[in-house]
Amino acid sequence: MPDNQAIEAVGLAKSYGATKVLDGVDLAVPPGTVFSLLGPNGAGKTTTVRILATLTRLDGGRARVAGYDVVGQRREVRRRISLTGQHTAVDEPQTGEENLRMIGRLAGLSRTAARRRARELVDEFELGDVAGRRVATYSGGLRRRLDLAASLVGRPEVIFLDEPTTGLDPRSRLAAWQMIAGLAGSGVTVLLTTQYLEEADRLADRIAVLDGGRVVAAGSPAELKAQVGDQRLDLEFADVDAFEAAARRLAARVIRRDETRRCLGVATDGSAAQVRGLLDEVDPDRGRLTRFAMSAPTLDDVFLALTGHPTGAGEDNAMKEAVGV
Amino acid sequence: MSDTLTMVERGVRLSARNVEALLTAVFLPIMLMLLFVYLFGGAINTGTAYVTYVVPGVLLLCAGFGAAMTAVSVSQDMTTGIVDRFRSMDIPAASILAGHVVASVARNLISTALVFAVAFGIGFRPSAGPVQWLGAVGVLLLFIVAISWLSAAVGLLARSPEAAGGFTFFVSFLPYPSSAFVPIDTMPGWLRGFATNQPVTSVIETMRSLLLDLPLGASPWRAVGWCVGIIAASVAVAGVLFRLRTR
Repeated sequence: MPDNQAIEAVGLAKSYGATKVLDGVDLAVPPGTVFSLLGPNGAGKTTTVRILATLTRLDGGRARVAGYDVVGQRREVRRRISLTGQHTAVDEPQTGEENLRMIGRLAGLSRTAARRRARELVDEFELGDVAGRRVATYSGGLRRRLDLAASLVGRPEVIFLDEPTTGLDPRSRLAAWQMIAGLAGSGVTVLLTTQYLEEADRLADRIAVLDGGRVVAAGSPAELKAQVGDQRLDLEFADVDAFEAAARRLAARVIRRDETRRCLGVATDGSAAQVRGLLDEVDPDRGRLTRFAMSAPTLDDVFLALTGHPTGAGEDNAMKEAVGV
Repeated sequence: MSDTLTMVERGVRLSARNVEALLTAVFLPIMLMLLFVYLFGGAINTGTAYVTYVVPGVLLLCAGFGAAMTAVSVSQDMTTGIVDRFRSMDIPAASILAGHVVASVARNLISTALVFAVAFGIGFRPSAGPVQWLGAVGVLLLFIVAISWLSAAVGLLARSPEAAGGFTFFVSFLPYPSSAFVPIDTMPGWLRGFATNQPVTSVIETMRSLLLDLPLGASPWRAVGWCVGIIAASVAVAGVLFRLRTR
């Protein structure tokens, strides 16, 4: 390997017709770490993953995965990676164990070795009760679990997970998080995409925020959150004058502004002292602030803080509601 | 090669578990054979016992149904995430498709055997020797491979498994305007040209001549030409379509 990055991308560009999907994406992921691409629908997350997994050809830039060029040394790359896409990539009419054995054979294992590896993964992912059942009978969470197990069959160095928890119920999501965290502990490099700040925060060593085909921010979860605050304090005012006055006073500290509800969001570290100070600051006479609420910052807040515009993805929120987040 | 074997194993297993489609592919042609022999057969004069005349046509009908399932399976692979997993594992397109094609041939051999068994039961009496039997089954096999590869290409072209399923309908119609069920000279003039020259007729005439020990003429060459042509074109088109679909 010419350098010690597990994934290295420089100036990735991709267009479909006149639509620029990626517009110069740079990434560097050290081996054995979890890296998260965070962004709304249409930001270019899936395209980036598909390029790095050699499935989509890039129009510009270059990328190396596990030390090999994704264009010129595609076969070398494919031998060292696995991809779990947004749709479950297992055969429904086959049982869980048959799927794992098939992937094992395709990964170059002998019949016996494939059988042994399948048993190992069935145990590791606690699929013992269902391994002999057809996948068609599995719940969404079980499928994801099998899917993750399948991506480990060939002992890849780099694992791509494209929105691994989208569409899962909260309990399955938590289970998936534990499994992904476990992968990271075993020394492989994981690149995962997500729309959920919380997910990236829980799992990733480093995060790149993708917007409109560009990386708009990159850093550790702590660094990114420092830009938006640990917590968001929402302040609701009795009348428009008080709202405007507070907005002028807080100026750049406002990370969310809702005129119809006369509500301002401010980043805080969540400490009582800071919150008390903010309340006193915007409402010294103690009469014009009607309500306040604390919440964890969302992807929208990160976007507003980093890009100056919201994600603009209404469906994004609809999806969060649908999965109960 | 080992990838292809694994994919063949997969294809056979997927087929075996799709019981409804399998039963339809096997029993529909048998039903149609009984329908033709007992309902229409009496009114159709072919110069031999009608069941003996109609068996090659029923076998081809059977092949059409059985192979067209391939289009649905291939389309399912392309529309679910599994194709991305295979590609990211460096499994060649030819292996993925060959798995489905071999499964299709296996399905068809089973239904062919069943059709022959039922046909013998209701009075099918061919006058072929061992070599002619081998030739007839060989031509049928070639036709099945051809139509399976064509189906695989259609499966890549279709945007959904449902659309691919529509192909079943089209393929199952192709034996009707041919010499499968009625002699071509009973058809209206405008249809005769198509019926005489379409691939199904050459395959049926070859099988019929072999099974009934009639003069072969040029049909075997035309049948082999058609089948080899369809295989070559389908494999080439499938290769291009696979690259286009997975860009």
